[in-house]
Amino acid sequence: MPASTPASATDRLPLKRARRGRGRDIVRAARRSPLAAAGAGVVIVYALLAVAAPILAPHAPVTQFLEHRLDPPSRAFPLGLDQLGRDILSRILYGARLSLIIGLVVVVLGGVVGTAVGITAGFVGGRLDNVMMRITDVFFAFPSLILAMAIAAALGPSLTNTMVAIAIVTWPVYARLSRAQTLVLRRLEFVEAARAMGLTDVRIIVRHVLPNALSPLIVQASFNMGEAILIAAGLSFIGFGAQPPTPEWGVMVSEGRDYITTQWWVPTIPALAILLAVTGFNLLGDGLRDLMDPRMRRR
Amino acid sequence: MSRYILGRIASMGLVLLGVSVLTFFIAHVVPADPVLVALGEHARDDQIEAYRKAYGLDRPVPIQFVTYLGRLARGDLGVSIRTRRPVADDLGEFMPATVELGGAAWLVALLLGIPAGILSAVYKDRIFDHLSRLGALAGASLPVFWLGLVLLGIFYYRLQWFPGPGRFDIVLSPPQVRSGLLVVDAALARDGAALRNALGHLALPALTLGLFSTAVIARMTRSAMLEVLYQDYVRTARAKGLQERRVIVLHALKNAMIPTMTIIGISFGSLLSGAVLTETIFAWPGLGRYATASAVSLDFPAVMGVTLVVALLYTVVNLLVDLIYARLDPRVRYG
Repeated sequence: MPASTPASATDRLPLKRARRGRGRDIVRAARRSPLAAAGAGVVIVYALLAVAAPILAPHAPVTQFLEHRLDPPSRAFPLGLDQLGRDILSRILYGARLSLIIGLVVVVLGGVVGTAVGITAGFVGGRLDNVMMRITDVFFAFPSLILAMAIAAALGPSLTNTMVAIAIVTWPVYARLSRAQTLVLRRLEFVEAARAMGLTDVRIIVRHVLPNALSPLIVQASFNMGEAILIAAGLSFIGFGAQPPTPEWGVMVSEGRDYITTQWWVPTIPALAILLAVTGFNLLGDGLRDLMDPRMRRR
Repeated sequence: MSRYILGRIASMGLVLLGVSVLTFFIAHVVPADPVLVALGEHARDDQIEAYRKAYGLDRPVPIQFVTYLGRLARGDLGVSIRTRRPVADDLGEFMPATVELGGAAWLVALLLGIPAGILSAVYKDRIFDHLSRLGALAGASLPVFWLGLVLLGIFYYRLQWFPGPGRFDIVLSPPQVRSGLLVVDAALARDGAALRNALGHLALPALTLGLFSTAVIARMTRSAMLEVLYQDYVRTARAKGLQERRVIVLHALKNAMIPTMTIIGISFGSLLSGAVLTETIFAWPGLGRYATASAVSLDFPAVMGVTLVVALLYTVVNLLVDLIYARLDPRVRYG
């Protein structure tokens, strides 16, 4: 990670030069890791499409053109129509919105809870640390989809419950990561100095530990976005997530499964959308990790 | 070493206790009522009452949990609300199919993933490396349920190279059950037709399920190989004039397998997760399909049984991996 310039120094620099410097940093990072740049590109395009879905989508996601059911991709309907005569392009765009929301909610919920638990455990140590880590062990004993399915089934099938279920499955990873970081950080001199200055534990954690523990958590968040989109689609596919006619990508593949050999575009296009979005987040995560790990730079 | 093993087994016991608490908790915070699911919405009050009493659902939750734990210690997982059979019997019936599928998928992942990772590292930045990394990336991002549909669509419906969904053709007589694994049983019975049929049914789901783990293992093997290929002892081996193949297999790979082992253990979890989706698509009569059907009908004893057994399997596999790891790597300190 390039070190950021202290605020007091940038105040004196002409703003233009500071901006140019940051731009150069981004170009340098992109050159060093073209894969991360590709991932970031995919993620940015995907996020823009998701945000602008209501403007970009030619039709509402549930509007039916019954006379054109199962029509292949054409000029009027660039990605074709599904078995109920709905425009697949419009549904894909609205689906992007849903999966982006799912990913963000999961990352924020899981990330905040997990990081809070991990940093507290690492900072306080002792018995609290032991108990909290044994709790994360329990969560790690479950394969993620199976635990998410049990929770989603218990809460009842819906998109909101899917997000809660996936967040419950993912928080322990953040807890482990942030604890490991905290264990290293709490022995460093600047934390000792902060303590010597009489700062409260909460203040030390928020102002000094958390900002320095963020790098691996951001990498994890990128992978987690992709994972959340995949698990949510999987849950929807078996009936525990979003329900028809919601334009969620997993639901779309599930609804179109009977047409795989005859009208391939119906289940395939949403599957490719999942593949592309998840690949984008995985690439970005890989690239960020390489950039942040000095050992990986020479490879 | 034995103290390390005992310690790991003790912590495994604690984890499994936690697992049973968690599964029980999930089943009891449900807003939906399992009784109404089992009896229908028009059930009479006295029927509901009798049902609650029969399955112990009328007692306080902590007492239900203690009873559950006591039964668990005796290997009694309760009675399935949906199939009305002991959950342990159901699991015994469905488990071999999942073990067979998971084992085959694991084999696919190891046989494809490790060589791909090695070649990728050895031919770093050449065309094979780029293709293999791209494949690994796609494999880790591909929705497994769509891959299953595509493989079925192409190789069963279109080309008819492989048999369709299910584990065995009903027109054939299955081999005598010994291990429960059809491929093994057919081989033991020396029944060529049954073996071919069982292998044919196994191929597509195993490939579908194994692809994600293949990708993960290939990535890990590549990065572990790259890590060791730069080490001094590898340079020394080359300087001694050893054949490149010997350097890679005997000196580099042996050490690169240590971190890869952990990923191989962890990938077992993703195989179990993937089994839920793969078994649904291929109508594979295993634990995954049983779990889905049980969760849909809010059959809590069955759901708790499956999650518990899956967690037990996963924990044991990871324990074994840790022990192998400790044996392989002298730097791991134990005791």
